[in-house]
Amino acid sequence: MDTAYRRQTELEGNKRYLAAFLSTLFMGAGQLYNRQWGKGILFVIFHVFVIISNIPTFLKYLRGLITLGETPMEDHSLFFMVYGIINVMLFLVVVGIYIINIRDAYKNGLLRDRGEKPAGIVKSFKNLVETGYPYIVLSPGLIALTAITLLPLVFSIMIGFTNYDLYHSPPGKLIDWVGFKNFKSVLTLGTWANTFKNVATWTVIWSIMSTVTTFGLGGFLAILLNNPRIKFRKIIRTILILPWAIPGFVSILAWSGMLNTNFGAVNKILTSIFNMQPIPWLQDVFWARVAVILVNLWLGFPYAMILITGILQSIPSGLYEAATVDGANGWQKFRHITLPLLLFSMAPLMIMTFAYNFNNFNIIYLLNGGGPAVFGQQGGAGGTDILISWVFKLTFQRNKYNYASAISLLIFIIIAGFSIYNFRRTRSFQEEEMLQ
Amino acid sequence: MIKSYKLRQNIQLALTYIFILFMIAVVLFPVIWIFGSSLNPGDSLYSTSIIPEDPTWDHYRELFQETEFPIWYWNSIKIGLATSALTVFLVTLTAYSFSRLKFYGRKKGLMTMLVLQMFPAIMNMVAIYVLLNLVGLLDTHLGLILVYAGGSIPYNTWLMKGYLDTIPKSLEEAAIIDGASRWTILWRIILPLSLPIISVLAIFSFMAPFGDFLFARLVLTSPSNWTLAVGLRNFIAEQFGQHFTVFAAGALLSALPVTVLYLSLQNLLIGGLTKGSTKG
Repeated sequence: MDTAYRRQTELEGNKRYLAAFLSTLFMGAGQLYNRQWGKGILFVIFHVFVIISNIPTFLKYLRGLITLGETPMEDHSLFFMVYGIINVMLFLVVVGIYIINIRDAYKNGLLRDRGEKPAGIVKSFKNLVETGYPYIVLSPGLIALTAITLLPLVFSIMIGFTNYDLYHSPPGKLIDWVGFKNFKSVLTLGTWANTFKNVATWTVIWSIMSTVTTFGLGGFLAILLNNPRIKFRKIIRTILILPWAIPGFVSILAWSGMLNTNFGAVNKILTSIFNMQPIPWLQDVFWARVAVILVNLWLGFPYAMILITGILQSIPSGLYEAATVDGANGWQKFRHITLPLLLFSMAPLMIMTFAYNFNNFNIIYLLNGGGPAVFGQQGGAGGTDILISWVFKLTFQRNKYNYASAISLLIFIIIAGFSIYNFRRTRSFQEEEMLQ
Repeated sequence: MIKSYKLRQNIQLALTYIFILFMIAVVLFPVIWIFGSSLNPGDSLYSTSIIPEDPTWDHYRELFQETEFPIWYWNSIKIGLATSALTVFLVTLTAYSFSRLKFYGRKKGLMTMLVLQMFPAIMNMVAIYVLLNLVGLLDTHLGLILVYAGGSIPYNTWLMKGYLDTIPKSLEEAAIIDGASRWTILWRIILPLSLPIISVLAIFSFMAPFGDFLFARLVLTSPSNWTLAVGLRNFIAEQFGQHFTVFAAGALLSALPVTVLYLSLQNLLIGGLTKGSTKG
């Protein structure tokens, strides 16, 4: 404390600023000025061979990114875009190293200002491994993440700002940047805007209904099964989680068969046992939507049941005992103890489920292909299509990649808003802040 | 009138049982129906009834002899195992760094990964198709495995990190005092303690490729490379009901191992799930 204060005020000279300045001009210059010969030379070599010699290449790919090609058939716009993105990413890495170089020169200059001697090359290297250990451990994951998630993501986002679709497909044609035109069209232009509104509205309704029904049924069953007077609870639970255990696509395709209007098992039962008219499950917009919600209920209630059972079991029984002593009956205990605690723990889970169902492509597409077909909707959007399955159709059936990307971006903004709000509320984030 | 408390309780119990039986019926109905369909002679949906008049194991035989079903099965298993191994490797390293190490960019990195996982996977589809094509990994299993493993990093890192956070720092400090190197800490202390979550991760990432249809269909174009999901869907995609009975047989066989796995490990898996939920 005393010595540190003295050390700070005993700085002689301004070597650190000069070192930093030199390193800004040319990598390694500051290090050489600091008499760190080994490190300085390495940085200089880096500067010359990596930075200077690559300037033409960098400019070339940057230009490619901006223009997306100028000669059809020769310039492949998509490749230009990908190369351009990789180019920019590498550029950022180089900038990072440059900054490290400057900070390093500053720090060692500071050491010299205090009258100490900066480390030699061997010790520097050891220090590097020591401080860089986290980054070394992270590197496999980081590389995989960048290549597989980040790079495609940036690419997709950028496509949303181009005119890449069936009529503007490389290599025959070039793609151009169109700014926010796609977003404007999807949200405001004629049938597209109508379709977007319809699909978006149904997506929201679907997300709410699917979440509420699964948690409702799951919760109800969890509470029922929590009753210790029920025998064979373990076996019952095991059977009831079957829908969760069976791979989703199998169940959905099976249900799709069972809901067939003429031959499906469901209608067979309805007509023979209940003497009803066969319901056009997958052919009528309203019934198709009901079907999707019901099938999702079948698939999803076990998960909710498991989670809520976990929550119920974590409620201290002492609370219930105290309530009994105070004369509360079953219903009152439920309303004043179980329900509030349940809702509090369930809220973040329900929001997460909402976000999950918002993008639940599998069930919508595999059950009925997003149908039934609706006249007058753009991009092939059907009666049960949610935003994400519509995007799928736009991409693979209509090749309207730019609109697909633009809508995906809008989906992201909605979901991100939700998730960030939800996440801020949950304890894990707060605990995180406390740990730091 | 004295309302018998016991009577009320018993009525409630009876109603509960009735409802539970109803739910069990609803849960088992599709399973039984699919099984029944697979035993039905004939090809299409039309001729199926739950209890077939003329049960035959023909379709199962068909599956193995006349389609590429066994190949698809093997493909799915192969991809599942490889994805599981790669995911565990990548996620463990990443989660360990974020959880136990301090470094610049830690908080920002965490937020970034949180945001990354919110993008719908579909957004990446076109890009991944183009990129895989670029490096020649389209229609290969390796390409698909990379996509699965890499894509699951954000979510799984958060999952594992939550678990790793619960390991007390004092263990590490004690080890450092005893002279352990960073590597020793990771290998000898953290890893053994995180075996539960690693097992859950390994199992989930093994089973996830079984159920994925989208990316498998996107990346794998030749039928001999297909996974179960793509192959099965193809049975009934063309004209609905065309090969429904064969599909039923295939569906049952595909669902069986995963289901058995889930059910037998349910305590482990549910523990992994609920730990996170009740904590936060």
